[in-house]
Amino acid sequence: MTSSVVQGRARLIALVTATVVVSAVALAMMIFYAPTDRVQGVVQRIFYFHVPMAWVAYLAFFVVLVCSVGYLWRRDLRWDAMARASAEIGVLFTTLVLITGSLWAKPIWNTWWTWDARLTSTLVLWFIYVAYLMLRAYTPDLERAARFSAVLGIVGFIDVPIIHFSVEWWRTLHPEPVVVRPDPQAPPEMLVTLAVSLVAMTLVYATFLVLRTALERTRDENREREQRRALEEASYA
Amino acid sequence: MQDSNTNSGQGLRTADGADPSVLVFGRQVYAVLAKDLLLEVRTKDALTAMLVFSLLALVTFNFALDLRPEVMSAVGPGVLWVALVFGSTLGLARTFAAERDHGTLEGLLMAPLDRSALYLAKLLANLIIISAAATVSVPAFAVLFDVAVDIPAVLGTLLLGAVGVAAVGTLFSAMASHTRAREVMLPILLFPILVPILIGVVQATGLALGSPTARDMPWLSLLVAFDGIYVAVGALVFDFVLQE
Amino acid sequence: MTERPSSCIIQPPLLVATGIVRRFGRTLALRGVSLNIMPCECVALLGPNGAGKTTLVRVLATALQPSAGALTIGGVDALRDAARARPLVGAVGHETHLYQDLTARENLRFYGRLYGVRGLEDRVSTVLKESDIAAVADRPVRTLSRGMQQRVALGRAILHEPMLLLLDEPETGLDDTAQRRLARMLEDWTDRGRAVVLTSHRLEWTRRLADRAIVLREGQIVAHIDRSDLEPDIVAAAYSGALSSAG
Repeated sequence: MTSSVVQGRARLIALVTATVVVSAVALAMMIFYAPTDRVQGVVQRIFYFHVPMAWVAYLAFFVVLVCSVGYLWRRDLRWDAMARASAEIGVLFTTLVLITGSLWAKPIWNTWWTWDARLTSTLVLWFIYVAYLMLRAYTPDLERAARFSAVLGIVGFIDVPIIHFSVEWWRTLHPEPVVVRPDPQAPPEMLVTLAVSLVAMTLVYATFLVLRTALERTRDENREREQRRALEEASYA
Repeated sequence: MQDSNTNSGQGLRTADGADPSVLVFGRQVYAVLAKDLLLEVRTKDALTAMLVFSLLALVTFNFALDLRPEVMSAVGPGVLWVALVFGSTLGLARTFAAERDHGTLEGLLMAPLDRSALYLAKLLANLIIISAAATVSVPAFAVLFDVAVDIPAVLGTLLLGAVGVAAVGTLFSAMASHTRAREVMLPILLFPILVPILIGVVQATGLALGSPTARDMPWLSLLVAFDGIYVAVGALVFDFVLQE
Repeated sequence: MTERPSSCIIQPPLLVATGIVRRFGRTLALRGVSLNIMPCECVALLGPNGAGKTTLVRVLATALQPSAGALTIGGVDALRDAARARPLVGAVGHETHLYQDLTARENLRFYGRLYGVRGLEDRVSTVLKESDIAAVADRPVRTLSRGMQQRVALGRAILHEPMLLLLDEPETGLDDTAQRRLARMLEDWTDRGRAVVLTSHRLEWTRRLADRAIVLREGQIVAHIDRSDLEPDIVAAAYSGALSSAG
């Protein structure tokens, strides 16, 4: 028991250290190593945040899916705690993706927002997982909230590709700004920086997830302890 | 109608007296569906709410969007569908809320009733009520906005969309009935998930109305595919929503 | 125990519940309840408000999944194979489980279809007659008095001839005549080799019916009391927790 706690703490310290170091390296590379884009200028550097955050958002919602299946299968609130944590982080990162995208779009596309397929499906995705968090908040019973949100976590993720394709079919005929794709001609420094940023952001996600899940677990355990104490007091009264 | 139907089931039993499970499933779907429709015929709760709301939405859109005939082929499909779906959520919300009133849901859960049969029956009941509302609001739409509508074609398209709405709506209605502010929760859960259906129906209806902006895709086939996915997923996860 | 047909004694238990635990979010409603119900017996669940009586009845009726524990009804694992166990049980909870806008007959007919009752129309008519509600059978349940509704609810529970009848405070809303009628019906029921579990607040009523009582307190069984000991002071002692788990 004690050794596993110590081990867990050592692993957490290693994770946090790795996150801080890699993030610092990524940040330095974005500023000093990656060249300034000839066409877009310095604004292009926001992509070292934007792309990794989009990746993390999808990863987070995939983790929600896995934990939802895990919860419905095992009925163990530990699965649910991780689903809760990952959904929150996912919504946070999706919000940041939408904001950084807008910040980039204003100078480059000359508009904050456009109903492009990718933007639209990301926005719908954001709504699905905001609904997920609302469903949790509005369902008073913890076990029921866990069950319902697990169902939504599964249905929502299955819906992601359907939404993506339908929005794409809907918009393909309309003139739309070209979404910047990784250009094979891009300088290798840019691609290396992007790769390091991806690793850094994934580590940030992992750290958040571990800490938030632990917090949720502690909360659940306190609740259970309170419950037991209340019952014991009642039976001796 | 009731009496003749109860007896018809008797002739189908197998020799050893045990019912084949397909028959049991069918009988259960029929029982719940017939009960729900009988209740609806008697109270008209859901249908009235849907109809009045849909028509009111059409009238409101008229003022809000200044719907002149020349824009109708482009805007009309969206107006019609949004009016119908917003109205539908009122009826969908009642699917399970009504079952909680006198503990009837518990009565269903204590019975040897297959959960998928319950889901399917509720889905069909919702689909039939939405269709009934649509058969009134589509002609009303044609008359109010003076649009030359091929009513059967538009109605058919809307019904394909209604299958998806009923599939997801039935599932979420069971969850929303347990939440605080359940009237708020249902549309918030429903609308993002249903974006593909919305796109499919509006585009397909646009093609039927000769809209210049509708994209030429096999939307009807896509709608059938979406419906299939939603119904299958709904039937699979419904049991988890009900497990108390 | 009162005298029973000898066939009742050798039968295996109708219901076996082992270590039933049920959590409701923050609270533990049942904390490891184990009990057996034999054919031919009528068991009363007693206990103060919030003791877990209703939760226990709902678990036994398979309306509620226990968080832990095992439940066997008529030899069938009621948690794994609920579809086969459910026809063996009939239950009336706090609520009537009746559709207010359907008539009594329509309600019975609907539930009868769910349970796959054979010869449904005849069976419905019989139950309506036996429950003395044939006269109002074709009026919407909404228009019936509480006592009448309770009778329809009971008719609904026995429609499929279950082996075990679970009643949560069945005397609610019934006048004296109706209570006596219910008592007679339950006696007749147990004489035919079936079992009844009922919860009640009222000791007098319980004494008349039950072969034994189980006292619940804070989600646990605190006492088993035989019919001969069903006296107010003993029950009161059990309620307050002063009585240890003795017979």
